[in-house]
This record gives sequence, C-alpha cells and structure tokens, in this order.
Amino acid sequence: MCVTGPGTIDAALTLAERGAILVTFGDMIRVPGSRLSLAEGRAQGADIRVCYSPLEALALAQEQPEREVVFLAIGFETTAAPIIGMLDRAVREGVGNLSLLTALKGVPPALAALIQDPECAIDAFLCPGHVSAIIGANAYQFLAKTHHIPCVVAGFEALDILHGIRSLLVQHIEGQARVENPYARVVRANGNPRVQALIRHYLHPEDVEWRGLGVIPGSGLALRPAFQDFDAAHRFGLQVTPGRVHPKCLCGDVLKGKIMPSRCSLFGRGCHPDHPVGPCMVSTEGACAAHYKYVSTEGATE
Amino acid sequence: MCLAIPMRVVAVHADGGGLAEVDGVKRLVTLTLVETPQVGDYVIIHAGFAIKKLDEDEARERLALFRQMAQAWTTSREGAE
Amino acid sequence: MWGRGGPAFPHTPTLLKGFIMDQERRVLLAHGGGGHLSRELIEREILPRFSNEILNALPDTAALTVPGTHILFTTDSFVVQPLFFPGGCIGDLAVHGTVNDLAVSGGRPLFLTLALILEEGLPWSTLRQVLEAVRRATTACGVSVVTGDTKVVRRGQCDGLYLNVSGLGMAWPGFQLSARSIRPGDAVLVSGTLGNHGMAVLVAREKLFLETALVSDSAPVHRLVEAMLPWTAEVRFMRDPTRGGASPPCCTRPPWAAVLPLRSRPCPWTPAAAAVAEMLGISLLHSPCEGRIMAVVAPEVTQAVLAAWRALPEGQGACRIGQAIAPVGRVSLHTTLGGHTLIDRPQGEMLPRIC
Repeated sequence: MCVTGPGTIDAALTLAERGAILVTFGDMIRVPGSRLSLAEGRAQGADIRVCYSPLEALALAQEQPEREVVFLAIGFETTAAPIIGMLDRAVREGVGNLSLLTALKGVPPALAALIQDPECAIDAFLCPGHVSAIIGANAYQFLAKTHHIPCVVAGFEALDILHGIRSLLVQHIEGQARVENPYARVVRANGNPRVQALIRHYLHPEDVEWRGLGVIPGSGLALRPAFQDFDAAHRFGLQVTPGRVHPKCLCGDVLKGKIMPSRCSLFGRGCHPDHPVGPCMVSTEGACAAHYKYVSTEGATE
Repeated sequence: MCLAIPMRVVAVHADGGGLAEVDGVKRLVTLTLVETPQVGDYVIIHAGFAIKKLDEDEARERLALFRQMAQAWTTSREGAE
Repeated sequence: MWGRGGPAFPHTPTLLKGFIMDQERRVLLAHGGGGHLSRELIEREILPRFSNEILNALPDTAALTVPGTHILFTTDSFVVQPLFFPGGCIGDLAVHGTVNDLAVSGGRPLFLTLALILEEGLPWSTLRQVLEAVRRATTACGVSVVTGDTKVVRRGQCDGLYLNVSGLGMAWPGFQLSARSIRPGDAVLVSGTLGNHGMAVLVAREKLFLETALVSDSAPVHRLVEAMLPWTAEVRFMRDPTRGGASPPCCTRPPWAAVLPLRSRPCPWTPAAAAVAEMLGISLLHSPCEGRIMAVVAPEVTQAVLAAWRALPEGQGACRIGQAIAPVGRVSLHTTLGGHTLIDRPQGEMLPRIC
C-alpha cells in the first residue's frame, strides 16, 4: 500500500470517472493520488466499493453484467494469491466485464535493490511472514549466500518478532549469514507451490516504479499478454503514469530508513494523519504516522 | 504486514469453497489455493482465501514456548513489584 | 487527464454516463466517523458560528441552569444502516443513544423529542416497526416523547429513514463529572463488553460472508447511573463509548492518563467480537457500544460500584479495566510484553483492511 504510486490511484479514479465500478481493499481509500484520494473521488460520485475479499469484485461483475468492474490489485505475493485465485475463477467462468488494475509487487527484487543502495547499509532482514508463506523461506537464500545478509522469517505475535530480532542479533554477533525460519508453523522452505504456479501462469515480472524508491527491475507482477483482456490499463487504453508526488515528500527516504520522519520538512507541517501527503502518514502502522503519534505527541525528540 | 489469521476448516464444499471458524465466527472462504483441504485443518486466511495450511505440531510447540516466555515475564514483574 | 473526462471505454458498448470531477472540497464519509475529521468539522465550522460557553466545552449533553432547577439537554441523529440489526433497530438505538447521553452526564432522562426524516416509498410496516421500537424503549426508560417533527424526502435522498432525538433530563444532585478531577490510583471501569454494537452492525451491513452470533449491546444505561447514586462524590468521570468506541473517552479534553492492562476477568471483549475485529484489521477500542458506560471512580468504591452494576442485567459484564496514573497525559494499553500502545481516535471510517 505504502509503495503504490499516485499514478495508480489517478488511473483508478479515471476509470471510475468514465463509469466503471472500482473495487478496492479498505487500505487504499485514504492514500493520496496526484490530486485526489479514492475517498475524495467517492465523495464526488465515483462508484468505489470497499471489499474484504477479491471474490466480491467477481460477484459484483456477475450481478451487474451491464457495468464494467475494475479491481484495484495492489499488494505483495501474499495478496497476489487471493487476487489470482479470483482471476483464475473469472477466467474459467468467462466473466467479460471484470478487469484488474495491477500494481502487484514482489518482495525479493526490492530486497535485492535495497542492499545495492550504499546509503542503506543493511545488516539483516526480518522477513515478512505471510509473504514468505507464499514464496517460501528459500526465496531469501541468495541474500544470505551471495550477499552475506542474515535473514529470519518472523510471525506476527509480539513474541515472534522478538524471537526473530534475537535470532538476527545472534547471527550478526557470530558473523553468520543464513536463512532461519522460526515461523515454520506457517512458512515452509518452498512456500506454497500451488500459488506460485498460478502466479507464474497469469503474471510475469516487469520493471515498476515504487513510491519513493524509484524503478526496481523485475519487481512488478503484471498480467501476461495472453490475459490482457483482464488488464484494465490495456482494456481501456489507459497509460498509467508515475503520477505527481509532492516535491518535498521524503517518504522514500523514510521507507529506506535513511532519515527519521521528523527530518521531512512536511512532517507535522502540512502532512499529518488527518491530511496525509505521503503514504507513510496514512495507516497507523506507517512510519510517519507512528512517529507522529508516539514521538511528537509526547514532546520527545529523535 | 499482510493481515492473515488462523481459522479451522469446518466444511469443505464441492465448488472450492468452504466454511472456516474461529471463536464462534464462521466465514465462507476459498480453499482452492491449498492442497487437499479437510475438515479440522487449520488454515491461514488472507482476504477470504486460505493461503496456507498451519502445521499444528509446530504451532503447539511455538505456543508452549510463548507460554514459557510469558510466564517468565510475569514472574519477573511480580518479583519486581 | 483531469477535468475533461477522457474518451469513453473503447471496448464497452454498455458504458454508463460518465461524470467529471473537480477539485472542490466536499464532505467525506470520514467527517461523520467520530475521529479527527469529525472534530475538525466541529471546531472549524460549528463552534465559530454558534459559539457559547456551554457549546464550547463540546459536551454530549449541555448542563443548563434554569432558574429554580438544574436540567440537562442533548441531541443526537441516527442514520444507522441497516435499519434492523441483531439486537436492535434504529428506533430503540435512537432512544438509548439520547437517554445514555443524558445518563452519563449525571442526569435522570425525562423528555425526548422525535424528528423523523423519511424516504418516499418507505414501507408503512417498516415505519410502524421502528416507531414500536421507539415506544418500547421509551417505556422501558421511563421517558416521554413530548414533541417531534416529520419530513419526507424524495426517493434516493435518504437511506430509508433517519431519526433525530433530543432529550431533556434533570441533573442528579452530587455528580461533579470532569476528566480534570481524575487522580492517580482511580479505577477505570466498564459496565460490559466493548465493541459489540459496531461489529454486529458491520457484519449485518457489509457483505462479509460472516456467520456470527454477535448481537448489538444497544441498551439504556440510566439504571447503571442510578446505581452509582450512593457514591456520586467518588465518581470522577463517565462517558458512553459510542461513536469511535472507547477511544474518545480516552482522548477527551482535558486529557487524562491511565494504563489499561485489559487482562482483567471477565475480559471486556466477547471472543466473537474480537475475532471479527482481528479478521478485518479493526481495533475493538474503535468499535461503538450503545449500552455501556466507561467510568473513572475513586479506588475505594470500585468493588461497591461493580457489585451494584452486576446486580442489574445490563451490568452483568462489568469489570475494572485499568488504573489512572496522572491527571494529564495519555491513556495507553499495556501489552502482554510490558509495552505501551497509545490509544488514539480512529482515522475516519471503520473499514476492513488486508495489511
């Protein structure tokens, strides 16, 4: 969500403006586009529906065959799974009025890009548990073997995270670099091969822009040409541009850990949780929103 | 992070769907993304889809470890107070 | 790209008529969410225009001194969807909402107004069902509807029916309620489980394909307030955790500080409400209740108040959830690992999330 470019939001609003029903996860509703967020577009009459499961978009398309339904497909491999599960069903059932506006992304190429950035100076990765459930712990082997970076796959209980950080510290102190998987109750070395096969069948890697991080080679998951009828951009002849980001927004540097949120000149001055300028200020878990809540309100400094 | 929670499969339907349950809450879920789902399996649900089966032995082991850690924490706090 | 609408879909003969968006600021759904934007709307648009000493404190109920007596006066609008949900409907909800605002301000509810905004074409039977629910609730609360109003708007201009209910009550003598009077060591109490109403309505409204036995907690709380009359001097502060859930009472002005370990027994969540909240990525502390009280009381009356509450059916789940630590500061949640999470108001709408 944080790394979805404003151009994707703009494209979604353009399709809604032309009469499509746009279906999105609730997470995207407040993310700023170049000029408007989806919530602001909805207030102007755009038909935007919030779903919990992508299957709701399929059901909507089947209920209203006279309307075009566009699903805003954002997320990493975890979320690609249900989205492709839905697409697979739509393809097999021959649904003709449903398409995806895709901004799906893969995690390993982004990690590879981050370690190439000398300013980041990354020592270790606490790897995302539910992404790993799909791609498998082995997907991080190249980081440990080739780049000597410790990787630990963590679950989401507080104790999972603490345990993960401890494992990373132990590796760091011992000068080791290996992939550990204490979240084995959910994650296997080879992940979920069934989902991987579906993703390979429908999607292929492409170079895409990450909000704040620039273009990362091979990090996007785009629909293969064989399924371009289900690609909203192709179907409606839409060019998805990077969009316009506020020139002073430093979310990219915050995401990379280069600066504390309060170093951004917009932080608390034009960008705050009620009126986010950058994506890190949108959800309560965003680095800027958390910093705003915990640090600025307690009067502490960095 | 990607929000996903463990639920127990209570029904498997012929169309790839099924019912999963946690704490008395049942949801219609899609089971097509996991191998041979069966009633009684624990699955990880993300956006209405089971994306992975939960390894019960691993989960039990981890839970026992967490309980030990929580116990140690409580004991150390009570000692401090 | 903006402002000219773009070409029609090339592949779709079924195109509906498009429209063009502009840059004008408009009311968003989040302005009604009880969070920061709601507060901003009130502070920027309402207070400057209608400023007076009573309104400026932004009370849920105004305590008015009328020569000879001390009365309480409140108003609330009800737009819940669906109109009928497990555990209640818009009719009883409206009565409980207004009665509860009066009660937690230390009042005995007496009179209500009832204003109906109805959509053309609303089935007569629906109207009757709602009015019956209003009647039953007013009887149970011992209040009278003394004036009202009815408007009908064109089909499509409202969602079935909306209600506005104002209430007038008499202040019980003795209550001096203010977050300013909270002292370190005071106990934070709730009269029952938190968040059920919001989750029950969300499950009933959205197509979430969920099956739950969750019911709204919609109920009057005036008897719970009456049960506290023997200890009015020891009750510091009371709120009904409605819109925005338990978070607005925790983030009130003046600010107060407390830690809520939420490890008390009985736990203030029902497992089903907690499961739905976790599934959808929503905090139960942001989910509304419509039949609960959150109160801060002096530590020495904690057990007496809890016993008095538990003796009433609507107070069976009463428990102590935390302890005040300072007269100013923030309310925080104690996590199992000894960390603190600050309780904050919700950012607008309660929406299901995936990350």
